[in-house]
Amino acid sequence: MEGKQDVAEGSEALTSPYVLEYTYRRSLGPVVGRFLTGLREGRIEGVRTASGRVLVPPTEYDPESGAAVGDFVSVGVSGVVQTWSWVSEPRKGQPLDRPFAWALIKLDGADTALLHAVDAPSADAMRSGMRVTVRWRAERVGSIHDIACFVPGDEVQAAEPVAPAEPVRRMKSPVHMDFTIGAGRTLSRFLEGVVQGKLLGRRCPTCAKVYVPPKGACPTCGVPFADEVVVSDTGTVTSFCIVNVPFEGQTMKLPYTYGSVLLDGADIPILHLISGIPADEVRMGLRVKAEWLPEGERQPTLASIRWFAPTGEADAPYESYAEHQ
Amino acid sequence: MRDVAIVSFASSSTPHSDLEDVEMLAPVINEALARSGVPRRDIGFTVSGSCDYLCGRPFSFVMALDAVAAWPPISESHVEMDGAWALYEAWVRLQHGDIDAALVYAFGKSSQGDLRAVLGAQLDPYYLAPLAPDPVSFAALQARALLDAGRCTERDLAAVAVRGRRDGGLGASSEEELLRAPYIASPLRAHDCPRSTDGVAAVVLVAGDRARQVCERPAWIRGIDHRIEAHSLGVRDLTRSPSTELAARKAGVAASKVDVAEIHAPYTHQEIILREALGLDGGTVINPSGGAVASHPLMSAGLVRIGEAARRVLDGTAHRAVAHATSGPCLQQNLVCVLEGDR
Repeated sequence: MEGKQDVAEGSEALTSPYVLEYTYRRSLGPVVGRFLTGLREGRIEGVRTASGRVLVPPTEYDPESGAAVGDFVSVGVSGVVQTWSWVSEPRKGQPLDRPFAWALIKLDGADTALLHAVDAPSADAMRSGMRVTVRWRAERVGSIHDIACFVPGDEVQAAEPVAPAEPVRRMKSPVHMDFTIGAGRTLSRFLEGVVQGKLLGRRCPTCAKVYVPPKGACPTCGVPFADEVVVSDTGTVTSFCIVNVPFEGQTMKLPYTYGSVLLDGADIPILHLISGIPADEVRMGLRVKAEWLPEGERQPTLASIRWFAPTGEADAPYESYAEHQ
Repeated sequence: MRDVAIVSFASSSTPHSDLEDVEMLAPVINEALARSGVPRRDIGFTVSGSCDYLCGRPFSFVMALDAVAAWPPISESHVEMDGAWALYEAWVRLQHGDIDAALVYAFGKSSQGDLRAVLGAQLDPYYLAPLAPDPVSFAALQARALLDAGRCTERDLAAVAVRGRRDGGLGASSEEELLRAPYIASPLRAHDCPRSTDGVAAVVLVAGDRARQVCERPAWIRGIDHRIEAHSLGVRDLTRSPSTELAARKAGVAASKVDVAEIHAPYTHQEIILREALGLDGGTVINPSGGAVASHPLMSAGLVRIGEAARRVLDGTAHRAVAHATSGPCLQQNLVCVLEGDR
């Protein structure tokens, strides 16, 4: 079930690599913060619930009753493996870079189990019920990774002292996900047309409207599109805005105009840059034509049209585009 | 309580689709609507299930609305869960009494991303996610606990896979052959893991007499309930599914004989846990669709179980069917639905 698969042979669809990446900054609160502060200082603490159970790792509320939890309790650094599984190919970010076992470990004095890695020579060395002991990381920062791993046996290794510091109150949670996003067949066909300097719309079999760029289905009728329609690269500005605000990644000189262009033969306007005319002269009804990048420089993206520029024709009357606003 | 029935179901899934969400959804939704006999304009409520992390973008459900003709404006909702929970919301909505028909759909393309990363994002961010555990390893911890408790053998797990592959149209295999394969995450082998697919599903629900008008043999929802347990694996008995037991009790599974059960067990050992939790015996046909062993379209796999169970009632091969859906690591959350035909 894991990992990416290659696109099926003969596929008509374009794909693109895509990375989703950002870092949350989380506040830890009094319970998680204290637990992670304890790890930094080389001790493991749980919390006692109203029913007398000791939760390790601790939660702010008793997961069974929802009641607030009571005092912190120090527990042992050794414990018993409740269950385990073997990882033959470790992944980035996991506690060990050689084959290891994941285990749920009930530490001495705790009533619940903690998930961590056990550094065992092979799966044959693992069994439920075996005893394991913490191996501390030398550089500890207040993270579950301050426990480097567990090792089989009961031999306690003292944690190397770390410099005194403020309690741990926050943590960073980085998210990184790799995707290969598919454009789908309809949009891929359109984008391949763009490379050839053609704008290919699709007509809805029910309402007969022509969509450019086309989607997977007519959004008002909910049915897949039928005929492909070559749409003109000349059209009418139906609305526009003048951009005066600088932002990161901007490539156009301020002020510039972004407009809705109803291409001749289409029923839905596309959004693009309007240029070749001072921003304060752009108006509704202005007739414009696509200015293509030269053949050979075009990519399967609408950026292959540099912008739309005035044709010099008379403005289109309002009635001609009123229902396409 | 208002009687509500499933009157139609459609789905599609494939290991790697080159279609985007709307292209996958539109034909399936149209098929479900056509089979339902309910005109599109009579759908009073539309609700979907999907996952933004799986799609790789926020509010991904708004793009998918192109597939349901949201003009003139429709009454719509979305759950960031498997479509089975969207169906629950539609059932609740139909209880209000002011509308008679609802459309439920779900979609997800697992092939676009890395499921280990996507499913890892649902984990507790303080104690679990930083360790980067993967979902197969989590399932393996549960499978080991079940094996250690003497409740099954690795051969029993292979038997679930052999049956699922056969019934799901993946061909014949033998337990011996499957058991010769190496472990993916000991004690789980490849055949114990879900066969990940891209998929969509759609169900039409209709209430009361209108259901009898449009459908010869409606699959009546006689009970539906969902329950959740604590997130942390270390506070749960992984060998049991108390949330399924409770949901099954609330839904009335034990009231009479169950002809067919569609169980959403992404991993083979989970079917063994769930069969027990649902209280099913040898008289019930389990997963005639093949289940997750044959195809596991994340986000629609649970709705597909309900649809497949309904299909047996709709076509008359079963009088009483039970469907189950799950979500979260190691069966954290479970939904149980009891469907019956008219006598």
